[in-house]
Amino acid sequence: MNPTRKRRLIIVLLVVAAAVVAVGLTVFALQQNMNYLFTPSQVQTGEARSYKTFRLGGMVKAGSIQRSSDSLKVTFTVVDASGSMPVEYTGILPDLFRDNQSVIATGHMDNARFIATEVLAKHDETYMPKELKDAMAKAHQGKQVNEAAGQDKPQ
Amino acid sequence: MTPELGQLALILALLLAFTQGVLPLVGAWRNNRALMAVARTAATGQAVFVTMAFLLLVWAFLQFDFSVQYVADNSNLALPWYYRIAAVWGAHEGSLLLWIFILNLWTLALAVLSRRLPEVFIARVLGVLGLVSVGFLAFIIFTSNPFMRLLPMPPDGGDLNPVLQDPGMTFHPPVLYMGYVGFSVAFAFSIAALLGGELEQAWVRWARPWTNVAWGFLSAGIVAGSWWAYAELGWGGWWFWDPVENASFMPWLVGAALIHAQAVTEKRGGLRAWTILLSIFAFSLSLLGTFLVRSGVLTSVHAFASDPKRGLFILCFLAVVVGGSLLLYALRAPKVAGGKPFSVVSRETAILIGNLMLTVAAAMVLLGTLFPLLGDALNLGKISVGPPYFGFLFTLLMIPVVLLLPFGPYLRWGKSDTPVLKRVMWRAGLAAVACAIVAALLTDGEGKAIAGTAAAVWCGFGTLLYVFKRWREMPAGRRYPAEMAGMLLAHFGVGVFLAGVLLTNALSVERDVRMSPGQTSSIGGYDFRFDGVQHTTGPNWQGDQGTVTVMRSGREIAVMHPQKRTYTRGQVQTESAINPGLFRDLYVALGEPMDRTQPEGAWALRLYDKPFVRWIWAGGLFMMLGGFFAAADRRFRTKRVAETEAVPAAALQESRA
Repeated sequence: MNPTRKRRLIIVLLVVAAAVVAVGLTVFALQQNMNYLFTPSQVQTGEARSYKTFRLGGMVKAGSIQRSSDSLKVTFTVVDASGSMPVEYTGILPDLFRDNQSVIATGHMDNARFIATEVLAKHDETYMPKELKDAMAKAHQGKQVNEAAGQDKPQ
Repeated sequence: MTPELGQLALILALLLAFTQGVLPLVGAWRNNRALMAVARTAATGQAVFVTMAFLLLVWAFLQFDFSVQYVADNSNLALPWYYRIAAVWGAHEGSLLLWIFILNLWTLALAVLSRRLPEVFIARVLGVLGLVSVGFLAFIIFTSNPFMRLLPMPPDGGDLNPVLQDPGMTFHPPVLYMGYVGFSVAFAFSIAALLGGELEQAWVRWARPWTNVAWGFLSAGIVAGSWWAYAELGWGGWWFWDPVENASFMPWLVGAALIHAQAVTEKRGGLRAWTILLSIFAFSLSLLGTFLVRSGVLTSVHAFASDPKRGLFILCFLAVVVGGSLLLYALRAPKVAGGKPFSVVSRETAILIGNLMLTVAAAMVLLGTLFPLLGDALNLGKISVGPPYFGFLFTLLMIPVVLLLPFGPYLRWGKSDTPVLKRVMWRAGLAAVACAIVAALLTDGEGKAIAGTAAAVWCGFGTLLYVFKRWREMPAGRRYPAEMAGMLLAHFGVGVFLAGVLLTNALSVERDVRMSPGQTSSIGGYDFRFDGVQHTTGPNWQGDQGTVTVMRSGREIAVMHPQKRTYTRGQVQTESAINPGLFRDLYVALGEPMDRTQPEGAWALRLYDKPFVRWIWAGGLFMMLGGFFAAADRRFRTKRVAETEAVPAAALQESRA
């Protein structure tokens, strides 16, 4: 092998190695940080069993919000058309969090209870995140997902 | 009547944009000077009509013209006048009008300031900008008309989204758009160069100041957005890797790579094809950003949803722009590697590594941002990519950039001497290590604080070393030409930014607490006493205002008034109270009353002590100044020559200097 070719081979090998490292790191980082979204009924059928951390999406059941009397702990129930899931959260809830509001909570299961580390509600009261709308529609094919919530903000 | 005039003005602007987009390009192709001369006139005419439409919308807001749907949706009688003006770009239709208005400002500036450029070239540049304008004007007129009537006219309107009712929001969109849209100028220059086939360095020299200014504005816009998120969203965070933040960050990263690549192309003739490609990417990512924000395909704070027709339109437009320009690039890009040779230790190598890292970082952010869409399309389920993905990979990618940064000014084009660089490495390295040890002692070995101090001193002190060297060695008046001053400012800004990010991250104390009136809570050496909540009202809201007294060793430091507002349509908005300082911010936000029937009782409060948080934005502002300074260099103004032949000689002379 002449010197020019040898140099080229080294360069090509270095580039390939760098690309492999880059792709490997990216895939690793993606895998570590991918969060799936499930609705309560999907969780109850066991779809979320293989994920430690996931996101739970649905509506806050009316009258289910309960504050603890001496700490920031709050419990509420997230429902979709046929399932429900009790959620526990410690901290301050977002401004638009209230009854019948669509929320997305990130956290993990502890027995039959979902322990949330983060709770998000949308900034606009009539807007429902598209992914949540889709997930709820998918969980209940054929059933009507709350039509008003499905509409985007009127422009 | 006036809204119809606005609509008419938009239609006339579209016709003029079409003229501006087609005739000059045909003229440049056929070498017809009459057709080329149309460019400036059409651009000016278009700017006049777009400005007219924009002002008419402002007028409709100021006059409470609720017969216009957009005005009725986004303002009401109680909204103060300054927020009614901000409401012009508070939602989809108006923000697109702002987009096109700013595009016209850039085009007009270019038409006025480019009298010394060759006629053929400027005709092509203005032509390309005209075509971009056609796309956006058609988008406004056919899918999102801000002048749509609402009949019968309601007695009062809706409301501007309360999160937008903040002074920061008045500046953030226009400044950010100045940056986004500014990249269209760099894009037009590259396309014009590809069309003309005249791939000598001249065009890069002309494009440089425009790109620098656009990048400076984009930096300022991102800083304003970050500041707004910190002050207004009520969580006290300054960056969330939210899809829309990413959308503005990707063009910024590519833009940073572009302004460095342009320097290489201009001064050494190398990286010509790469510079063109980066200009195309920067503008395409700006368009993608607009698409992501406007189409509502991704869940984010900015996604004011809209109908799918709009998303489809932008997607098609994006496909035409990206596809068309890449096709042109494939056909016309310089095939032969040009430019002067350079050795391993040279400024070119450093810039190349920086470029590689910045573009890979942009690609990484793009992947993470679009992955949920990809997963959706491939039926992998509803996925979101968490912030640690971005944080981890971005840090990793930026380490080489930070390590190379202090050497930047010392490196020479072509080939550099190693002894000088070694000296810099020793001095900056020693300073960094010394400060890191001090930081370790002060913070009890907090890892991120040590890394932050070391990285900040490495960049900041390394840059200052060069400032000092120039001061000593050069005669007064010739020490810091504007272009160099710009580079030094921006590089120094990176140091300030790093200090801000890592120190805030390491030393912040954030606590959510439950407090009854009279109760005290200590955070980071400060005592926060909660003095209860009173009812208060504003022009278009009423709410609860808390009083928190902050004391340090018994001495009163500040009395803060966080608010919880309820706007006329019932939207609730947290208004945090911030006690700013150069070295720390104290941040208090009201959570919620423990018992909704008794707002005088106990509340949930967020109490934050955030050291060095202002350095993050200060760093960004330094970078902005860097962009503006570099663009102001006299070299870019005086050496513009009418005859193209004269340019290579000038460029040669410059690179020798």
